[in-house]
Amino acid sequence: MIDAVGNPQSLLLLGGTSEIGLAIVDRFAGQRPLRVVLAARPSERLDEAAERLRAKGCTVSTLAFDARRPETHEEVVGKAFSDGDIDVTVVAFGVLGEAERAWQDVEHARELAEVNFVAPVTVGVALANRLRQQGHGAVVALSSVAGERVRRSNFVYGSTKAGIDGFYLGLGEALKPHGVQVTVVRPGFVHTKMTKGMKAAPLAAQPEQVAEIAVTAVRRRQDLVWAPGAWRFVMSVLRHIPRAIFRKLPI
Amino acid sequence: MPEKLGRLTGWGRTAPTTARILERADRAELADVVRAADGRGVIPRGLGRSYGDASQNAGGLVLDMTAFDQIHHVDTETGIVTVDAGVSLDKLMRQMLPHGLWIPVLPGTRQVTIGGAIAADIHGKNHHVEGSFCNHVLAIELLTADGEIRTVTPDGPGSELFWATAGGMGLTGVVLRATVQLKSVESAYFLVDTERTRDLDDLMSRLMDNDDQYTYSVAWFDAASTGAKMGRAVLTRGWSAKLDDLPAKLRNDPLKFNAPQLATVPPVFPSGLLNKLTVSAFNEVWYRKAPKERRGEVQNITQFFHPLDIVGEWNRVYGPRGFLQYQYAVPYGAEDTVRKSMEIISSGGAVSFLNVLKRFGAANGGPLSFPMPGWTLAVDIPITDDLGPLLDKLDQLVLEAGGRLYLAKDSRLTADAFRSMYPRLAEWQKVRDAVDPRGVFNSDLSRRLML
Ligand SMILES: Cc1cc2nc3c(=O)[nH]c(=O)nc-3n(C[C@H](O)[C@H](O)[C@H](O)COP(=O)(O)OP(=O)(O)OC[C@H]3O[C@@H](n4cnc5c(N)ncnc54)[C@H](O)[C@@H]3O)c2cc1C
Ligand SMILES: NC(=O)c1ccc[n+]([C@@H]2O[C@H](COP(=O)([O-])OP(=O)(O)OC[C@H]3O[C@@H](n4cnc5c(N)ncnc54)[C@H](OP(=O)(O)O)[C@@H]3O)[C@@H](O)[C@H]2O)c1
Repeated sequence: MIDAVGNPQSLLLLGGTSEIGLAIVDRFAGQRPLRVVLAARPSERLDEAAERLRAKGCTVSTLAFDARRPETHEEVVGKAFSDGDIDVTVVAFGVLGEAERAWQDVEHARELAEVNFVAPVTVGVALANRLRQQGHGAVVALSSVAGERVRRSNFVYGSTKAGIDGFYLGLGEALKPHGVQVTVVRPGFVHTKMTKGMKAAPLAAQPEQVAEIAVTAVRRRQDLVWAPGAWRFVMSVLRHIPRAIFRKLPI
Repeated sequence: MPEKLGRLTGWGRTAPTTARILERADRAELADVVRAADGRGVIPRGLGRSYGDASQNAGGLVLDMTAFDQIHHVDTETGIVTVDAGVSLDKLMRQMLPHGLWIPVLPGTRQVTIGGAIAADIHGKNHHVEGSFCNHVLAIELLTADGEIRTVTPDGPGSELFWATAGGMGLTGVVLRATVQLKSVESAYFLVDTERTRDLDDLMSRLMDNDDQYTYSVAWFDAASTGAKMGRAVLTRGWSAKLDDLPAKLRNDPLKFNAPQLATVPPVFPSGLLNKLTVSAFNEVWYRKAPKERRGEVQNITQFFHPLDIVGEWNRVYGPRGFLQYQYAVPYGAEDTVRKSMEIISSGGAVSFLNVLKRFGAANGGPLSFPMPGWTLAVDIPITDDLGPLLDKLDQLVLEAGGRLYLAKDSRLTADAFRSMYPRLAEWQKVRDAVDPRGVFNSDLSRRLML
């Protein structure tokens, strides 16, 4: 159960090696160790993450999860709930891809679409079924400011993020009567392995900052937050710029 | 049977979850739903006045017991009554006063049910001399997980189940009816001594000095002041007034139910209104308005027992994030813990205006019953981002002093801390496992505390 001050007892991280996702787990565990299920493709990185959390006093199990195999998602989610209620689920897997290749190479485009949109939808529906039975819980979905107004420079990624954003906002509305809170988090540029080697964009943040914002939002039962918070205002301006001008912006 | 999906919270309005709520059923139907319970289980609910998650059951079934509201039998000679579990103390008081009968244990609100009073083994301002609610219960009719109805009493066969139910938070079964020994009184008024104390030492020494002369005793302390003024308090203590104590104009109708309620807080209350400043001001005014010392004042029920009932549904003033009550008990000798905790609360930026300190008397046989001989302190605190760590620190203090938190108020304790606070838990667990091997009775609280 999530208690009155917002401490969960159990957490499922889909994308169990995501740096932002793990920072969120750390943030919760920092106040109270909890039971954690890491769902990811088996790898050394995954084992290391599990070990690190155990050292912090968490009870950790791992679960094989491949975002590109949607036919397995219902089963994966089922396994994640087999040891009891899941209080918080973080949907953190994703790929950035190579922007120019993604709109010209069918296979690459398909990878982005499947990992960033199809999989969040299939796990989302499986998750929702469980959470409705459970009558409580919180879901954190990592969207992106890139999906809020899709730009020419990375529109395949941006459009998949627009998709996940819309889906989880809607899912949040659908699940409200069932006692489930969905929080959509829209980060800007975050220093993680996903953006390694790229030039940092304005308002660049560390995963810990995003985690702090996400955890506070769960505790406050908020539907939508930006990370850092200033993005909310930047995006509200960008959203209203006419296409003719937007097109010419160096972003 | 009318069943609906509903979002439930406790009085603190935190941690909402959704359950199927069974609003009206007869005994046979209740037995059927208990027998047919699925994995998420069943929990009874009274008037939802526990602060946290005790009468919630996410994804499961919640039995609204308030429809069981009959007073079945009253023996005006002996003061013994048999009542349904859903009868509120408010209703019982109104109906019993004309007979000169008084409820032996009254909490800070009358809006609690008999079932809730037993399940939390509630205490009142007279605990130091008269014990908690279940000390006055003669028999309980309990619907258990097997669908059977048993009558259990404090002594003799079945007494273990009686005491596991006292303070058992609805996890041993559904209380259907109870037989309660009431007290006889000459009036519905109280003879009250009021004293203002300078600081915590002054308060505690007065309480140690002569508390046992009074039937009722409680101290409201200022939780906003730090330093030398910390723990300054208004101490009110008294007795049930005898006919001779009353002024002539009250003597005509001494048993009149005199408990005015003035206003209800609107549903949308700006949460910013309660802040450090307004609460400090409130604490100051409350302290100042009390006389330095006044003896033998006659007070009515609301004045003496339920000053907060003047404003109905005051829980809304805390805004949408809700609030909690932190209440602990520590044994005598842990005065330092009381002082330290008060320091942490007053200086930690927590804003509280319902701050109570009182002495507890002897404990009873309930392994999960909260009261223990010593001090109990309670503060109401709105939820903020930093509250969790602050209270975790307080838990540690309470634990080290051999104390415990009150489940009827708790909404955030960990299973580990709970286990250390209630050393008789294993005893309770044994009775519960025997009476409910399938684990039918479940609540958000039982899941949180892994009971
Ligand atoms: C303003 C205020 C002041 C208070 N002051 C005090 C005080 O001074 N002293 C004190 O001790 N408490 C106090 N309380 C707490 C309150 O007395 C308890 O929480 C009480 O249990 C509430 O009863 P309820 O009928 O509202 O039950 P609920 O809050 O609905 O349920 C409380 C527990 O009782 C169980 N329960 C309810 N009905 C039944 C039943 N029929 N059979 C089995 N289990 C059942 C529930 O499962 C749950 O575990 C106060 C609360 C408020 C809001
Ligand atoms: N970093 C940013 O600037 C930024 C900005 C806005 C939004 N976001 C979003 O935030 C989320 C987390 O990103 P991050 O920054 O933490 O990056 P990250 O560390 O690279 O995490 C992404 C994770 O997704 C997993 N993944 C990729 N393909 C998968 C597949 N087919 N099956 C299962 N897992 C797969 C990867 O796991 P493996 O270990 O198996 O590779 C990786 O650990 C993503 O959704 C991202 O789009 C990031």
